[in-house]
Amino acid sequence: MTPLVDVENLKVVFHGDRGRTTHAVESVSFDLAPGVTLGLVGESGCGKSVTALAIMGLLPKGSAEVSGRVDFDGNNLLDLTDAAMRDLRGDRLAMIFQEPMTSLNPAYTIGEQIGETLVRHRGLTRTQARTRAIELLRDVRIPSPEQRVDEYPHKLSGGMRQRAMVAMALACDPQLLIADEPTTALDVTIQAQVLDLLRSLKAKTNAAIVLISHDMGVIAEICDEVAVMYAGEIVEHAPVDVLFESPQHPYTIGLLASIPRLDRRVETLATIEGSLPDMSAVPQACRFAPRCPFRSEICVSRSPPIVDIGTRHWSRCVKAPLERIVA
Amino acid sequence: MSALLEVEGLTRHFVTRRSPFGRPLATVKAVDGVDLTVQAGSTLALVGETGCGKSTVGRLILRLIEPMAGDIRFEGRRILTFGEKQLRAFRREAQIVFQDPYSSLNPRMRVEELIAEPLALHNIVPASRRRDRVAELLSLVGLDPRYGQRYPHEFSGGQRQRIAIARALAVEPKLIVCDEPVSALDVSIRSQVLNLLAGLRKRLALTYVFISHDLSVIKHIADRVAVMYLGRIVETAPADELFANPRHPYTRALFSAIPIPQPHSRRQRQLLEGDVPSPLSPPTGCHLHPRCAYAIERCRLERPALVADQNGHATACHRWRELPALSGLNEQEAPGSRLERLMSEFTRKPGVGATAVAATLNSRGSNGVPERR
Repeated sequence: MTPLVDVENLKVVFHGDRGRTTHAVESVSFDLAPGVTLGLVGESGCGKSVTALAIMGLLPKGSAEVSGRVDFDGNNLLDLTDAAMRDLRGDRLAMIFQEPMTSLNPAYTIGEQIGETLVRHRGLTRTQARTRAIELLRDVRIPSPEQRVDEYPHKLSGGMRQRAMVAMALACDPQLLIADEPTTALDVTIQAQVLDLLRSLKAKTNAAIVLISHDMGVIAEICDEVAVMYAGEIVEHAPVDVLFESPQHPYTIGLLASIPRLDRRVETLATIEGSLPDMSAVPQACRFAPRCPFRSEICVSRSPPIVDIGTRHWSRCVKAPLERIVA
Repeated sequence: MSALLEVEGLTRHFVTRRSPFGRPLATVKAVDGVDLTVQAGSTLALVGETGCGKSTVGRLILRLIEPMAGDIRFEGRRILTFGEKQLRAFRREAQIVFQDPYSSLNPRMRVEELIAEPLALHNIVPASRRRDRVAELLSLVGLDPRYGQRYPHEFSGGQRQRIAIARALAVEPKLIVCDEPVSALDVSIRSQVLNLLAGLRKRLALTYVFISHDLSVIKHIADRVAVMYLGRIVETAPADELFANPRHPYTRALFSAIPIPQPHSRRQRQLLEGDVPSPLSPPTGCHLHPRCAYAIERCRLERPALVADQNGHATACHRWRELPALSGLNEQEAPGSRLERLMSEFTRKPGVGATAVAATLNSRGSNGVPERR
C-alpha cells in the first residue's frame, strides 16, 4: 500500500535569544498508510510534539526552522503557502491537543466550534452545521447531544471536553489525525472511555492516526506501529507487538523496564540514570550513550547507524540486535 | 508495630457559594467521614481520581486545613487540641512533599537557603553547622552538595523533587505526606525518585502517607492502600491483598482501566459509565450507584458502611459478596528471558542496606548535569 504520509528527514531548529539554537527534532523519518495508527512515544522534551506541530505547519515561522519533507498525497506540506495549509487543516488534516480546556474557545458554544470547520470547509449553513454537530457529538458518545451542542466548554467535564475535541477533529473526515497526548489530562476511568472511543473510531474511519503519548500502556492499547523518540531522534521503529516483545534499542528497553508492574513487586525499580543531553550542543555520537548500560567505545565516538532488524523494524543502535549481548 | 497515626471520622466540607448574607448555599463534602490507621514505619497509600478528597485528607492530617469534625491522633496525642506552640513542634514530626516541584520551591532562594530555612526555623542545628547539615541532606537525596549554590530553575523536575524531599527531611520528621510526588515526572525519572523514597524510608524509619492516582506506583510503594471516591473510603486493605483480590466495583474499575504495556492483552474490562458526579450534589446512598453495573435499590438509599474482615480488608459495598469473581485483572505476561536480562541491566543491584543506596545516589548526583536551564 502506498503511504498517505511520508515524512523524510524532518528537522526542526529553534533560534532562541542570544544566538542560542536548539535542535529539537533531527532527521525524523516515517511513513504512514491509511488506517494505520502510529504511536510516537518518548519523554518530555524528546521532540514528539514538535514533530506533530511541524507536520501541521503550526510552528512559529520566525523562530522555528523546519526542513526535510512531509509528503501528503503528492504535496510537500512544508512547501505549501499558509493559505493552502489553512485549507487542509481542519479538513484533511486534524489535530487533537492534550488540554481540552485551553484548546476550546471559552467564548463559543461547543456546537459553534464544531460547526465552524463545517462552514469553512464544507460550505454548510449554520443550521446545517448545528445539525451535523449534534450527530458528531452523538458519535463520540456525549449524552443528550441536543442540549450539549449549545453549551459552553466550561459546563462540560474534562472527559466530555476531550470528546468534543475529538468530534471537532473528525467533523470533516480527516485523512490524517494527530492526537497529542489526548488522554493525559484525564482520570484513568475517563481515559479508558476515551481510549475505547478512539479505538472504535479507528475501526470506522480509514484515517491515518499519529498518537503521541508518554504512556507505553496507552500505546499498546491503540497503536499498530510505534516510533520511540529520544532527544529529537526516532531511536526505534517497530510494529507494536514486536516493540513490546523484542525491543532493540536500549532506551526502549529502559523505558519498558521502568514501568512498575501491577502483577509483581520488586525491591528496586529499574531506572534510566542521568538525564537528557543538552539539546543546543548534541555531540556526533549516540545521544543515549551517556545513560546506556550497554555502551562501549564505539557508541561515543561516532553516530550510530540505523540497523534493520525485520519487517518495518529498525533501531538506531550499533549493538542491535541486542540479543547478542545476553546470548 | 504500633499506630503512628489514627484518624477517625475525619470530615471537611467547603462552602463554594454563599448568599449575600453569608449563608452557605452550596457545600462540597470534600472529606466525608474518613477513618485511617497508619502503622509506624509503613506506607499507607491513598488512591482515587481527581476531586475524591485524597489531597484534602493529606492536608487535614497535618492541620494545614482544619477539619470540621473527627479526631486525629499522632502517637496517641490528639493533634486537633494542639495550640500554636504545640502545632509548631508537631511540624517537626510531620512534613509534606507536594506534587509540583516547580511551584513548591521559592525561585528566589538558593537550594542551600531553601534547605537551611527549616533548620533555622526550628533551631535544629546551630548556625555554624547548618551548611554542613545542608550538604549532608543533599547527598542523602542523591544530589551533589555543590548544587547548594544554585537556584531551583537550574534543576530538572526530578532533581527539584529531590530538593523538596531534602527540605522535608531537614527537620527529621517521623511522618511524611507525599502528595502525588512523582506525578509530574517522566517515567525514567519517576522510578529514580520512587527508589529514593523507598530507600529513605528504610534508612530513616519513616512513615509515609502516599497520595497518588497511579496504581502501578502504589503497588510498588504501599504496604496498605485506601481507595477513595467522592470524599469517602470505599475499600482499604493490605496492598498485596487489594491487588490480588479487589472487591469494590470502583476498585475493580480503577484496576481494569489502567492501560497495560502489552498489546492485545485479554483482560476483563470493567468500564464505569459516565463521569464522576459533581461533588456539589453527590448521589444518595452509595456514591457510586449511578455508575455501577451492580447497583440495586438498596444502593440508592443506604450508605454502605466500611466493614472489615479479620484480615483487615474493608469494603464499603452492600453487594461485594455477591459480585462475580474476577481473575487476571492485573495479569501481565512476563517478558521473555532475553528481554528480562536486558531489562535487568537497568536495575541497580540492591545494595547492602540503604546506606549503599544513598552512597550510589550520591556518586551519581555529581555527574548529573541539569537537563534544562
